[in-house]
Amino acid sequence: MRLPDRPARWAVGALLAGVFAVSFALAQLLPHAVTPAGAQAPDPRRSGTQDMGEALQRMQADDAANPAMLFVQLGEQLWSRPAGTTGKACDGCHTVADMKGVAVRYPAIPRGGDAPIDLEGRINRCRTEHQQAPALAPESRDLLALEAFVARQSRGLPIAPPDDPRLAAVREEGAALYRLRQGQLNLSCAICHDDNAGQKLAGVVIPQAHPTAYPIYRLEWQALGSLKRRLRNCLVGIRAEAWPLDAAPYVALEAYLMDRARGMRYEAPGVRP
Amino acid sequence: MTNVLINAPKAARKGEVIELKALILHPMETGFRPGTNGTIIPRNIIERFVATWNGVEIFSMAFSPAISANPFVSFFAVASESGRITFRWTGDEGFSAEESVAIEVA
Repeated sequence: MRLPDRPARWAVGALLAGVFAVSFALAQLLPHAVTPAGAQAPDPRRSGTQDMGEALQRMQADDAANPAMLFVQLGEQLWSRPAGTTGKACDGCHTVADMKGVAVRYPAIPRGGDAPIDLEGRINRCRTEHQQAPALAPESRDLLALEAFVARQSRGLPIAPPDDPRLAAVREEGAALYRLRQGQLNLSCAICHDDNAGQKLAGVVIPQAHPTAYPIYRLEWQALGSLKRRLRNCLVGIRAEAWPLDAAPYVALEAYLMDRARGMRYEAPGVRP
Repeated sequence: MTNVLINAPKAARKGEVIELKALILHPMETGFRPGTNGTIIPRNIIERFVATWNGVEIFSMAFSPAISANPFVSFFAVASESGRITFRWTGDEGFSAEESVAIEVA
C-alpha cells in the first residue's frame, strides 16, 4: 500500500522547490530593492588593520607604543645627515612637509626614467643621483627607517597611484603575477587573498592583501620590513622560489596592489602580528 | 646613536598614579642563534633597565635573552615631586642609553 504515499511526497517536494525558488528570487531582488538608486554601496575592501586584534590595533595607533615609530625617529635623524660626495642631506633639497602625499603615489615611473620604482627605489635614486652616495641595501635598517619616516608623513591620506598611462602595462603585469599559480603548493595570490580572504589560515585571518600600512613592524620579524619582504614571505609560504630583492616583479605586484587599494586610507607605519 | 621613545605625562597632581612607558631600539640578540655562516651570533642583550625620579630609583628590571627585540616597558609610579624622570638601559657590548623627561607635580 505505498501508492497513496507517492503523491504526498511529490507534493512536499514541489512545495520545497517552490519555496526555494521564491526565496532565491527574493534574494536576487532584495539588494536592488533595498539599495536606493545612485547610493554608494559600502566599500567591501578591508585593511589588514581591521583584521587584527584590538590590542594590536591600539599598539599601531599609539605613537608611543608602535615600535615602527623607533624607525621613524631614526629616519628623521638620517633625513638631516649628509651623505655621499656632495655632502648633501635629504633636507638639502626637500622639506618634511613636501613628503606629505609622496608614499601614497608609489610605485611610479620617475622623470627621465622608463622603469617603475617604489619608494625604496626612489630613496636610493636620490642617493645615487643627487647625493652621489652608494645605494642602501634592500631591507637594511637605514633604508627602512628613511622609508618609514617618509611614509609617516602621508598617514591618513587616501592611496592615490598616479594616472601615468605607462603604468597600465606594469599594473597588468602585476595583476597577471597576482593570479599566477606558483610554487610546490601551486597557489596564486588570488586564491588566498581574493577567493578565501576572511577565512582562516593556521588560525589567523587571511587579509585581503591591501598594502595600506607598509613599511610594517611585524612582531614575528621583531623588525621593520617592506612590502617586498612580505611578498617574499608569501612566495616562500607557497614554496615558490622568491625573486631576488631587486627584481622587477615585486615593483609590478606593488603597483597592481596599490592600484587595487586606490582610495583606501594609508596607515603607515603599521604593526602586524 | 640610540633611539628611545618615552611616553610620560608632562604634569601630574601630587599623589597621582601615572603610567610611564619606554620603548628602545635594540636587537636583543639571544646568543643562541646561528648566523648565515653557521657560527653562533654572540649574545647582545640589554641586561638592566633602571628608572630614577630625581635620582631616586623607582623601578628596575633585569632583562633575559627571551625578551624580544626593541623591548617595550610600561610601569606605574606615584607622582611625588617635580623634577626629572631618567630612564637608563645598560647591557652587553658596553651598551648604555639614557633618556630623561621633565615632570611638573602640583
